Amino acid sequence: MSFPHRPDAPELPDFSMLKRLARDQLIYLLEQLPGRKDLFIEADLMSPLDRIANVSILKQHEVDKLYKVENRPALSSSEQLCFLVRPRIKNVRYIASLVNADKLAGRTRKYKVIFSPQKFYACEMVLEEEGIFGDVSCDEWAFSLLPLDVDLLSMELPEFFRDYFLEGDQRWINTVAQALHLLSTLYGPFPNCYGIGRCAKMSYELWRKLEEEEDGETKGRRPEIGHIFLLDRDVDFVTALCSQVVYEGLVDDTFRIKCGSVDFGPEITSSDKSLKVLLNAEDKVFSEIRNEHFSNVFGFLSQKARNLQAQYDRRRGMDIKQMKNFVSQELKGLKQEHRLLSLHIGACESIMKKKTKQDFQELIKTEHALLEGFRVRESTSYIEEHIDRQVSPIESLRLMCLLSITENGLIPKDYRSLKTQYLQSYGPEHLLTFSNLRRAGLLTEQAPGDTLTAVESRVSKLVTDKAAGKITDAFSSLAKRSNFRAISKKLNLIPRVDGEYDLKVPRDMAYVFSGAYVPLSCRVIEQVLERRSWQGLDEVLRLLNCSELAFADVAKEDKASSESLRLILVVFLGGCTFSEISALRFLGREKGYRFIFLTTAVTNSARLLEAMSEVKA
Amino acid sequence: MDCYTANWNPLGESAFYRKYELYSMDWDLKEELRDYLVAAAPYGGPIALLRNPWQKEKAASIRPVLEIYSASGMPLASLLWKSGPVVSLGWSAEEELLCVQEDGVVLVYGLHGDFRRHFSMGNEVLQNRVLDARIFHTEFGSGVAILTGAHRFTLSANVGDLKLRRMPEVPGLQSAPSCWTILCQDRVAQILLAVGPDLYLLDHAACSAVTPPGLAPGVSSFLQMAVSFTYRHLALFTDTGCIWMGTASLKEKLCEFNCNIRAPPKQMVWCSRPRSKERAVVVAWERRLMVVGDAPESIQYKQLTIQVLLDRLVLRRLYPLAIQICEYLRLPEVQGVSRILAHWACYKVQQKDVSDEDVARAINQKLGDTPGVSYSDIAARAYGCGRTELAIKLLEYEPRSGEQVPLLLKMKRSKLALSKAIESGDTDLVFTVLLHLKNELNRGDFFMTLRNQPMALSLYRQFCKHQELETLKDLYNQDDNHQELGSFHIRASYAEERIEGRVAALQTAADAFYKAKNEFAAKATEDQMRLLRLQRRLEEELGRQFLDLSLHDTVTTLILDGHNKRAEQLARDFRIPDKRLWWLKLTALADLEDWEELEKFSKSKKSPIGYLPFVEICMKQHNKYEAKKYASRVGPEQKVKALLLVGDVAQAADVAIERRNEAELSLVLSHCTGATDGATADKIQRARAQAQKK
Repeated sequence: MSFPHRPDAPELPDFSMLKRLARDQLIYLLEQLPGRKDLFIEADLMSPLDRIANVSILKQHEVDKLYKVENRPALSSSEQLCFLVRPRIKNVRYIASLVNADKLAGRTRKYKVIFSPQKFYACEMVLEEEGIFGDVSCDEWAFSLLPLDVDLLSMELPEFFRDYFLEGDQRWINTVAQALHLLSTLYGPFPNCYGIGRCAKMSYELWRKLEEEEDGETKGRRPEIGHIFLLDRDVDFVTALCSQVVYEGLVDDTFRIKCGSVDFGPEITSSDKSLKVLLNAEDKVFSEIRNEHFSNVFGFLSQKARNLQAQYDRRRGMDIKQMKNFVSQELKGLKQEHRLLSLHIGACESIMKKKTKQDFQELIKTEHALLEGFRVRESTSYIEEHIDRQVSPIESLRLMCLLSITENGLIPKDYRSLKTQYLQSYGPEHLLTFSNLRRAGLLTEQAPGDTLTAVESRVSKLVTDKAAGKITDAFSSLAKRSNFRAISKKLNLIPRVDGEYDLKVPRDMAYVFSGAYVPLSCRVIEQVLERRSWQGLDEVLRLLNCSELAFADVAKEDKASSESLRLILVVFLGGCTFSEISALRFLGREKGYRFIFLTTAVTNSARLLEAMSEVKA
Repeated sequence: MDCYTANWNPLGESAFYRKYELYSMDWDLKEELRDYLVAAAPYGGPIALLRNPWQKEKAASIRPVLEIYSASGMPLASLLWKSGPVVSLGWSAEEELLCVQEDGVVLVYGLHGDFRRHFSMGNEVLQNRVLDARIFHTEFGSGVAILTGAHRFTLSANVGDLKLRRMPEVPGLQSAPSCWTILCQDRVAQILLAVGPDLYLLDHAACSAVTPPGLAPGVSSFLQMAVSFTYRHLALFTDTGCIWMGTASLKEKLCEFNCNIRAPPKQMVWCSRPRSKERAVVVAWERRLMVVGDAPESIQYKQLTIQVLLDRLVLRRLYPLAIQICEYLRLPEVQGVSRILAHWACYKVQQKDVSDEDVARAINQKLGDTPGVSYSDIAARAYGCGRTELAIKLLEYEPRSGEQVPLLLKMKRSKLALSKAIESGDTDLVFTVLLHLKNELNRGDFFMTLRNQPMALSLYRQFCKHQELETLKDLYNQDDNHQELGSFHIRASYAEERIEGRVAALQTAADAFYKAKNEFAAKATEDQMRLLRLQRRLEEELGRQFLDLSLHDTVTTLILDGHNKRAEQLARDFRIPDKRLWWLKLTALADLEDWEELEKFSKSKKSPIGYLPFVEICMKQHNKYEAKKYASRVGPEQKVKALLLVGDVAQAADVAIERRNEAELSLVLSHCTGATDGATADKIQRARAQAQKK
């Protein structure tokens, strides 16, 4: 049960340093505006800020009142206003409206804008266009890495996904490169680097440039982390679109984990209040079940509850001295455990109410059929029924996308009819959503020539010279095909199972999807780490449309200690899911590695599709 | 050896001195030094001489010659002075010669007589002319202080970062002060001036009278004052022949000495012996020199660092020597050799008689990719000398593409700058170039340029989406991107308040989609327009809100409100498929708990979705009685599921056994929970066992 780390597993570096750095820098910035001031914080920054500096720290540095940045006039009466925002034009315009309103009223105050994690030229330009460039001072809070857990760093930039993968906006690449640069200054150079995807490649190259410009700083240091692997989210959309069934993923899908904590409602806390609960390795109960398949969790928790009861029961028959010992040393821990246990049991019950109904079983069955490529017609009707019954719009969209990617696009008739049904059911504004999904390659129509896939792949197998490769590349650029089925076969993503897959004793990473599917992203990482190169993966790369976009930069002689060589930093550009994290934690345990995760944000299917959805403003 | 002390002469009673010539001056001066303006740079730097014809009024027509010599008198430069009358000369800390003209203009020359730049000391100075000027050095750089004809002071503490400061008026000052000097205290430059028996200290805010502590009485005028190099000490010479020495803060007296000479000295300066840490003031008259010493001083400054020394060598174009020193001292390349080479290259680009190709090649051969060398700096210098082509050639060697951008923009090579900015991966840089291009090119050309640079285009589009919507539309128009234009107009329709406006925007969108050959989107948009119009009519007729509901929700609302006919009509008009309509009606009627109507509906024709959904929906409304009615009508394929839904495990088991369906058997078995189902479970197990036997 649960994942004890192997005794030979390497120690994780101490990432709390990142928090201290961010806190010190923020305090420094606040002190740049001496005296009492009101602080306006963008909603998206509130939770990350809370993990770095709580209200009392802010108060210590003369922050009077806290306001949320929202579209209405400020009620603040302070003489000094400080804004803590993401570098978005929308925010700058809001600030400009406040400043200009003050000007109209003949009021003079001091204004300071702190952009996090960096400021963009466009923002300053808008300040200028709004005529307030001289009235405000701008600063940067280079806070780009939030340690959510001992092995998980998040940039907390959910907009990265839409900005890059939909709008083609490369502004955050520099932020990624800066963050990697910071990590290498703090934890030593990375001797072995691998990556796949256009964004991964650009980030890597920009990061390298930064390192060269400041050479000497990291050169002498011993590497603490032996490998870094960068991966674009669009290399593997399938995994991110699947329903999650490991506990942490399921909690995220059901209750939404935000910045490492979750709000458990009254039905879970069995009181009249909601409770914000931090979910990380410090929660001893949670850390034992987070990576478990949900079917095991309830049994585990009840066993745990029985054990706890037994420990409480030991009180009987104790003499006074023993009782004193028990109360002073054990009771507090037991009570704490008891509290956590009842929370997670509550969460489990709530999930089971929602998920173990027949609907959920059917849903999972359909997903698995899509992954395996069986019963496509039945799955299509199932999706239609979803739409007809107005099951949540995101849920229907998710299945449509999953069908599209696994089938290399929908056949034209289905593409049209499903979209029509969808628009009738959920509203015509989703026409734009479909246009977005198509651009991102999430929901496409099979091109007429696509029936040639089989022939084409046979041809490319026969002709392996570069010219032929170029032709197919040119082909695929017209309609980037997902080739999921072929990739799945090549990488053996659908395990052959004789009999039941024992989810209690997982044998491979497929356990995170009930034994039906090994996450593509994780399989690619596993394969490359095994080979320490992309050798022999040419065909996979071609199918992933990444022939030119994969790189491996491996140290010729390993100066790194064997311990550090078993530490691997995986960077997910565009977000990673808890299922992927669990799968790699499992792989790490099997192979004696430890993975560290850096993601632009933790994501799941709903967040991914919401980012693509167009909602009327 | 015995005459070792032969050339030492006694000085007073306890000290001896000797005098020997280090070198003789190589210059060949025609006239006496007294007729020149003279400026010698600190640390044995160059000496500038300018014959001063403006002293005598008649000679103003003769153009004087500005000469620069090395400390040993080697001529470095000689040029005809063509500008206005000069009041004062001085060297900056960077060994630039500052020539202060009477009209307040300061001309700046290099060590080799090359003109660098000029700046003015302001309008007040121009109007009232310069009476006197001083060039002074602080830790922040070199400054200029000016006394104007109106007896006002103007100063700039650092000519490298020119900020003019007009000092406050000195009350009652009718004539020029008898003497004045610059003090620097707490990082602020101040002026100390003497008017009759009074001393005044001027800073940028105020003028205050000061008194040197312990000064012997009877002074009616100060004839000379001198401040030490570090601004720590001050010496005053009074008309009583007294030399007062103290701290520059005027808080402490070090010593006082009466020399009994009342004539004003020509010069008075502080000096120190390097090792003894002893400070002294040297006072010079026409034929007399006097050294007045004070208590030893404990602080010794090391002013001239190795970097400054190297700079000085570079200024004298002694590149090989500088490099040898760097190598000898094993300075890191970036601080040492690379820097010298970069300076050499900057000098090289000024050699106008060498072709661009040769200069570029020579520079690249020497510099290669030495770390710390910035080719863009060298290129900037080349451009400064008017050699644009050479600058572009040099930029090619710059490995950091981002570094090339600012200069390329300056040289108006904006398109090249754009590609380089994109190469650098720095979106801010790309954006900067874009704004340049936008101002530089006409709209059409600007858009064409964007078209070839997808990365820049996406960046600009993102900006336009928030800030310049009209430009965004123009961009799509330019590219004939009808698909995006369509989406643009759909978005625009949301912003319209009135329904006519919305419909009009949608029509434009539909037209664009047709042009894009996206018939699906065009039709969908037309449907949306139709729905909007219809919803408005419904709102008028039925007096409740319909706008912005989806088609499905519109029909549902009609049913819930009991407008079944209209609902049917709408479904026909929009060709809602049968299956959807059945789901829709079933859900709506169950929501209304109109079981009678539901039953009627279920019998209206054969259900296209079967009868299992009826069972499900009734159960969701907790109506087992109704659910059971429909369970009986469910086809054999789904019968087991239906029976399980209504909780009839026993019958479900019978059906499953009859159908000999293993999956169904397992399903029923998993529903056998309570004690009541024990018999059913046994029955299934028996059936299974029997099936296996066969």
